[in-house]
Amino acid sequence: MNRAVWLYLGVLITVIASFVGLVQIPDRQLRGLQPVKDDLGVERPLRPDGGVLAGRAEYIGLGCLYCHSQQVRPEGFGADLARGWGVRRTVARDYIWDVPPVMGTMRTGPDLANIGARQPSNAWHLLHLYRPRLTSPGSTMPEHPFLFAWQRVELQRPTDALSFPEGEPRPGWVVVPTQRARDLVAYLGSLDHSYAVPEVR
Amino acid sequence: MSTTSMVVEQSEAAQPELVARAEIDRSCRVPVLLFAGSAVFWLVAGSLMALVAAIKMHTPGFLTEWEFLTFGRVRPVHLNMTIFGWASMAGIATLLWLQARLARACLPFGNLLIAGGVVWNVALTAGLVEISIGHGTSVEWIEIPLFWALVFAAVFAVVMAASLTMFGRRKVAHVYVSQWYLFGAVLWFPFLYLTANLLIHGGFTAGTTAAATNWWFAHNVLGLWLTPIGLATIYYLIPKVIGAPIHSYHLSLLGFWSLALFYNWAGTHHLIGGPLPAWLVTVGIVGSVMMFVPVVTVGINHHMTMVGHFRRLKDSPTLRFVVFGGMSYTVVSVQGSLTSLRSINEVNHFTHYTIAHAHLGVYAFFSMVMFGALYYMLPRLTGREWGSARLIKLHFWAAALGIALYWGPLTIGGWVQGLQMNNPDLPFLQVVAGTIPYLWGRTAAGVLMTVGHCVFGLLLLQMLRGGGHAQNPARSQAATGGEVKA
Repeated sequence: MNRAVWLYLGVLITVIASFVGLVQIPDRQLRGLQPVKDDLGVERPLRPDGGVLAGRAEYIGLGCLYCHSQQVRPEGFGADLARGWGVRRTVARDYIWDVPPVMGTMRTGPDLANIGARQPSNAWHLLHLYRPRLTSPGSTMPEHPFLFAWQRVELQRPTDALSFPEGEPRPGWVVVPTQRARDLVAYLGSLDHSYAVPEVR
Repeated sequence: MSTTSMVVEQSEAAQPELVARAEIDRSCRVPVLLFAGSAVFWLVAGSLMALVAAIKMHTPGFLTEWEFLTFGRVRPVHLNMTIFGWASMAGIATLLWLQARLARACLPFGNLLIAGGVVWNVALTAGLVEISIGHGTSVEWIEIPLFWALVFAAVFAVVMAASLTMFGRRKVAHVYVSQWYLFGAVLWFPFLYLTANLLIHGGFTAGTTAAATNWWFAHNVLGLWLTPIGLATIYYLIPKVIGAPIHSYHLSLLGFWSLALFYNWAGTHHLIGGPLPAWLVTVGIVGSVMMFVPVVTVGINHHMTMVGHFRRLKDSPTLRFVVFGGMSYTVVSVQGSLTSLRSINEVNHFTHYTIAHAHLGVYAFFSMVMFGALYYMLPRLTGREWGSARLIKLHFWAAALGIALYWGPLTIGGWVQGLQMNNPDLPFLQVVAGTIPYLWGRTAAGVLMTVGHCVFGLLLLQMLRGGGHAQNPARSQAATGGEVKA
């Protein structure tokens, strides 16, 4: 092979072909997807805003996706549904507001596509973020002390102070979540893809 | 290089040609050494970050006070150090030197390339800081924010210009197989990198399409960037060291074009079971399975070239690293094709199995080939010998045993993890507990590999500081082939 022109053409055509096939055509196919209305007439998926959006940024900045996926595999493919990680598989429509998507490729921890529905307690999430092994013995999730602050109890205990199951670690002081922790928990609470979509059943 | 191949080199290359070759090496000297030296620095730094991440996986209380050292940041810092620091910079160093040697043209744009190497290091450092302070994008393999990605792209443009200029000035009518791969790598990667960054971070795609774009790109970092550079290096160095030509030209041809045709399409196998249109995943699986063609072809071609020369593995460190890399390429690719099958992917997806597989590709194949290339290249560029054959041997065995110890247990551990995860009766935390022993094994393997990298770093420092004796490069090659016998 001594003709550079064939190399040029071949090399460019092959990569452009895959670009069209794996990027452009799916984009055409999926671009028009619209939200659906649930039983209460609310558009789903919810478009994240305010604290949820800020919490999503925390999720991205902290790299949660390196251990948690946000996608439920279909019936008969893995045990996602049997584990209670969702009531249906997730579909492209569920991700229309996600820029960029955080579907993830790793499950060192469990899938979070429906964590808001599975664990609705904010107090649980805050304690779990602060010290995961308090709520989930044997978990290998890292602690996030930097999302919390120690605060001296003046007259009244702050309402959002963490309550530790084994008693206060430091008398006269409480651990309170920072705004970042509250945003992150708001985002986790918003993760709920249990609404019906036309693609499934 | 050995006495036999040296004889070949000398008999076909008369004195003027040796001088011309020395001149080519001289033109490469500073830019290539800059990229190669930086690469080794990032290799050591990346290994240390890998160790921190690995320890965190089984001992989650390790270094939790500092936000910038949280697992979700250390892991992408490790990946970007090793892919854009070590692998890409070693790849660029090798690519430029190989193209210069094969085209028999001096490396152009020396100063621009030196500036490019400096800018690359600055952009990478800045990108790593951004990830560490929470500005990473969490889009796998494109974690560095767009601005710095564009800086990388600008340096890529200079590398591309230099490589294509040498190719255009080639003084040999025949275009050698290594040059096809280098030609591919240097055109493919900038296109992929720029397109993926602009589409995903420029806000042109969202949701599922962005995920497809992400994996179209990320898989092609290995497929259309590292793999062609690695294969080009193997195709160049095996015949060079053993002094015999490549087994079959036609197999080379088939191997190259089938890779160009199929590797592109494999990426969506990372999203099997995900919320994509079924056809899109199927295309990825077909592309992955078709990769059997180039892999088997290249494997046979390299093996048949080596037949009758395997004893040379004993005296040439370059050959030992490169052949280890070449064999790993076959193993990792066959594993990759099988892994893309739905029935297997159902188990291994989302587990440590995939991490082990990725390291088999980037480390056992690509990095080992790059080690071999640097052991061959750097004496020719510096005019100095490597300081210690025993340390080279230590590097080889630490790396080879390290990756074997990494891949084997983690593959098994990942598979067990997948089987358990697919058994809904087993509580999730029990699945987590089951992975811990394998993760300790991974840390042990990581220590071994890191030791090897530190030894390599020391050897390089010793060489650069003039530990070996300075010689006329052309003479140095004629005398010893620029390689110590290990």
